[in-house]
Amino acid sequence: MAEQAHAHGDHGDHTSHYVKIWGALLVLFLISVIGPIFEIPALTLITAFGVACVKAFLVMKYFMHLDAELKLVWYILAGSLVLMFVFFFGTAADVRNHEGSRWVNVAAQAEVARGMAAGDGHHGEHGGGHEEGGHATEEGHGAEGEHGGTHEAPNGGH
Amino acid sequence: MASKVIANTRTAAGLTTGKLAIWWLLGSEIVIFGGLLGSYIMHRLGHPEWANYAVHTNVWAGGLNTFILLTSSLFAVLAHQAAEHGDGPKAAKLLFATFCGGLGFLCVKTFEWSNEIAHGYTITANTFWSFYYTAAGIHGLHVIIGMSIMLFIAYNANKGKDLHRVELVGLYWHFVDIVWIFLFPLLYIAK
Repeated sequence: MAEQAHAHGDHGDHTSHYVKIWGALLVLFLISVIGPIFEIPALTLITAFGVACVKAFLVMKYFMHLDAELKLVWYILAGSLVLMFVFFFGTAADVRNHEGSRWVNVAAQAEVARGMAAGDGHHGEHGGGHEEGGHATEEGHGAEGEHGGTHEAPNGGH
Repeated sequence: MASKVIANTRTAAGLTTGKLAIWWLLGSEIVIFGGLLGSYIMHRLGHPEWANYAVHTNVWAGGLNTFILLTSSLFAVLAHQAAEHGDGPKAAKLLFATFCGGLGFLCVKTFEWSNEIAHGYTITANTFWSFYYTAAGIHGLHVIIGMSIMLFIAYNANKGKDLHRVELVGLYWHFVDIVWIFLFPLLYIAK
């Protein structure tokens, strides 16, 4: 049995060490919750996403013992991350922008307009789901979302 | 060893086969969740109106679930430690505590979603809520799968069998925790 379970040489009692890491994670969690109270976008970005990265690092390093793993494991995970970033940076520009030099995504623009007009956002519009179907064309057509209309969600008015 | 165990033999890479498999699984999960969260982020950047929708997510429910998952991750790593010490019953108890954490997470999620759906924030309300339910739903499914496997492993660990699996399910659970660590600010904090 010892052969199975012994992955990491050192078998002392590290309970207090793990509890300290857990405590640090909770402190970071509180920071991420408190951050937006100051209503400073840059600060919120740091306290929310920067802190999330630190928390993920702590979990990977101390709970998953990633630093004690073989390089092969790092390559597997890094390969997946690279694929993820290729996907993100390959498509983000087209998704983020709703118009270019020779195209307009009318459906997406209409969705933004409807959502902003609705204010609190409760008047959910179904047109949004058609955005991708309404690929923008040179003529600016193809926007089923345009016909999505403003469908109030049940119990509207929140 | 009464049972035949095949997942603790060494591969040419120097890892046990079970561990190599779990890392491959997590690698594929990175692509799944990375694609989902990446899509959410790029849409969020192109849709300023989503900030109006996001104000309706319940930060307290999300926060409570963050606390629950972080704590359950602690139990999972302590279970791993107990397994390394060859203490199967203790590992089983700690795995069960981790399981209870998952159960608590699902209870909070049920309360949260019921309340949101009752107010009309359904998966078809708009693209933001579609992402919200899809991302949290797929994550919740992973929690359920992890809990199920954990019960099975805890049952065997209690009898001192297959203790190497305690670490493997722990790795999976920590990954589920990490996904939530990123989902929480994306869905609940970024208003």
